[in-house]
Amino acid sequence: MSTLAPTDEPRAVGDTRRAGRWVFITATVMLMAWVLVPIYLLFVNTLSSPSEVSGFPKTGLPSFDFASVEFFLSFSGVARALWNSVVVAVLTMVLSIGIGAPAGYALSRFDFPGKEVFRMVVVMTRAFPLPLLALPLAVMFIRVGLDDTALGLAFVHTVLALPFAVLITFSLFSGIPIELEEAAWTLGCNRLQAFIKVVMPLILPGLVASAVFAFTISWNEVFAAAVLTIENRTLTAFLVQSLNVSPLHLKFAGGTALVVPALIFIFAVRKYLFAMWGIANR
Amino acid sequence: MAEIIIKQVAKSFGTFQALHSIDMTIRDREFMVLLGASGCGKTTLLRIIAGLETPSQGEVWIGGRRVDHLPPRERGIAMVFQNYAVFPHLTVFENIAFGLRMKKLPQQEIDKRVNRTAELMHIEQLLKRYSGQLSGGQRQRVAVARALAMEPDVILMDEPLSNLDALLRLEMRAELKGVLAESKSTAIYVTHDQVEAMSLADRISVMNGGKIVQNASPVEIYRDPAARFVGSFIGNPPMNFIKANRQDIGRWRVAGLDLYGPSHGASSLEFAIRPEDLTIGEGGFIATARVVEPLGAHTLVTCEVDGKPFRAVLDSDLKVAPGDVLTLIPKPDRIRWFDPETLLAV
Ligand SMILES: Nc1ncnc2c1ncn2[C@@H]1O[C@H](COP(=O)(O)OP(=O)(O)OP(=O)(O)O)[C@@H](O)[C@H]1O
Ligand SMILES: [Mg+2]
Repeated sequence: MSTLAPTDEPRAVGDTRRAGRWVFITATVMLMAWVLVPIYLLFVNTLSSPSEVSGFPKTGLPSFDFASVEFFLSFSGVARALWNSVVVAVLTMVLSIGIGAPAGYALSRFDFPGKEVFRMVVVMTRAFPLPLLALPLAVMFIRVGLDDTALGLAFVHTVLALPFAVLITFSLFSGIPIELEEAAWTLGCNRLQAFIKVVMPLILPGLVASAVFAFTISWNEVFAAAVLTIENRTLTAFLVQSLNVSPLHLKFAGGTALVVPALIFIFAVRKYLFAMWGIANR
Repeated sequence: MAEIIIKQVAKSFGTFQALHSIDMTIRDREFMVLLGASGCGKTTLLRIIAGLETPSQGEVWIGGRRVDHLPPRERGIAMVFQNYAVFPHLTVFENIAFGLRMKKLPQQEIDKRVNRTAELMHIEQLLKRYSGQLSGGQRQRVAVARALAMEPDVILMDEPLSNLDALLRLEMRAELKGVLAESKSTAIYVTHDQVEAMSLADRISVMNGGKIVQNASPVEIYRDPAARFVGSFIGNPPMNFIKANRQDIGRWRVAGLDLYGPSHGASSLEFAIRPEDLTIGEGGFIATARVVEPLGAHTLVTCEVDGKPFRAVLDSDLKVAPGDVLTLIPKPDRIRWFDPETLLAV
C-alpha cells in the first residue's frame, strides 16, 4: 500500500486542455460525418452510372455519369411534381409569413389578455402528430373541395411552419426598440408607414430567413403531401410513391433532387438562421 | 403660436397612479424644464403631450387646438428620445431628412434644411455615416438635428444629455440653449439634473410623486421653494431644516435662538436656510464642525446643530477644522418656513 496508481500523477494544465481539444475535435468530426457522409454517398451514387450503383466493388468516387439524372428528369411526372412542390412551398412561405409576422408583431408590441396562453397554443400546434390529423383533414378537404390542390396542402404546411414563423418574427420584432417606431410616428408616420419605413428594413434579412425556413419545411414534408394529394403530388410524395418500385440508381437521383434545394436554401440563409436562434433562445 | 395647456391630466397604469391631475401652461417659445426624481412621472407626462401615451383623463391643448385624441404626427411636435432612436438603417442625412420626406417637401428644400440643421449641430461632416459609426455624443446631435429640421411648434426632449460624459454634457447644454433660443419652437425638456434644469430653463416645473409641486422661474424655485421637497431637492448641498417651536405670536425658538417668523397658529414649524446664507458672527446657532470640505472658492462645512447635521458654505479664507465650534447666523431675509403637516411653505 505504498504507491499511488500511476495514472493519478498530477498533469500539466496543457495536457488536460489538449485532451479537451481532442474530445472537441472528435465530436465535431463525428457530427460532420453523420451529416456529410450520407449526403456524399447520395451524390456519388447519383453521379455514377446505373451499373456502378448496383455493382461491386465501389470506387467511392463519382464517375460523373449523368444517365441516372437524365433518366430521372425525363421520368414521367417528375417535372410536374417538382413544379407542384415549388408552388406549395411558395404558398406556404407566403401564408406563414403573412399570418405569422403580424402575430409575432402583436406578441412583441401589445399587451393583451391571454398573451401567454396564445404563445403556448402557437407552440402546442406542433404537439398533435400529423398522422392523427391526416385522415379527418383529408375528409374535410374533400368536403370543401380542397383535396388534391396545392392550396389545400399549403394550408397544412402553413400550420406546420406557423409556430416557427410566429416565434421567429416575435424575436425579430422584439429586437427592434419601440422608440424607433415611436420616433417615426412623431416624424409624421402612421403605424403602417412606420412599420414599412423603419421596422421592415431592419428585420428584412431575418424575415427572408424565416420565409426560407417555411419553404424548406414545406419542401421536405412528405406525410400530409402523400395523404392529401393524388394527381397533384409534390416531389416528396411522388418519390415516396414511385421510387419504392424503381431501381436503386433512380432512388438516389430522386433523393438528390430533394436534398439539393433544401441544402442550397439553408446554406444561403445560414447566417440569419444562426442569428435567429441566438435571439430566439434568449 | 404654440402655447401648450395641460388640463387635469391624470394617468394610471393598472392600479398605479403615475400622474395625479396635472395642470400646467407653457407659453409660446418658452423653454420649460420638467425636473424631478426618478420615477416621478416626467417621461409619462412628456409622452402624453407627444401622443405616445393616452391620458386616463384630462385634456392637452397645443396652439389652441385640443390634441389628446390626435396621433403624434398630427400634433406639430418633434421629440428627442433618451436613447436617441437614430434609425440604424439610414444615413445621418436620411435620418434628418426622414420627417421632411414624410411632409413631402421638395428635394431642394430638404437639402437646404438638412444642411442647415447639420451645420447648427456641427455634424455636417457626418452626413454620410450610419448610426453605428457614430459616438454617443454625435448620435445625440443627430437626434436633436432631426427634431429641429422639422421646425416643429413644440420640441420635446427626454433627458437628451443623460448618456453623455460630464464635459460633453456641459458643452451640449450650452449649445442646445443657444440653438433652441433661435428656433421658434416651444420646448419641454425632461431632466433629473437640477444644474441642467437651472441653466436651461425659462421656467421649471418640479415634479414629485406624479404631481407638480412648484412651477416658477429657476431663481424663484431656488430662493422661494413652495414646498419642503423643492428646498431639499434643489440646490447642492440642499437646504438645512431645523424644527421651530412657537414661543409667542410670530416668535419661534430654533435650536436655542429666538427668531421672528410668521404668525402661524401651529405649535411647531420647520425653519429652513440655504447653506450659503449663513455667516459667522455673534449670537447665531452653536455648531460643531464635523467634516470640512474645501471646494476652492468656498468651503463646505458639515456641522452639528441641535444634534442634527447642518451644512454651511463658508468663505475659504476662514480656517475651520473638525471639532471647532462655530456660531452661524442666518441671513434674515433668506429664512424660509415650512409647515410640518402640509410640507408647504408658510
Ligand atoms: N408602461 C408602464 N406600465 C406600468 N407602469 C409604468 C409604465 N410606464 C411608467 N410606469 C410607472 O410610472 C412611474 C413614472 O414613470 P416615468 O417613466 O414617467 O418616470 P420618470 O420621471 O421619467 O423617471 P426617470 O427619471 O427614471 O426616467 C414609474 O413609477 C413607473 O414605474
Ligand atoms: Mg424618464
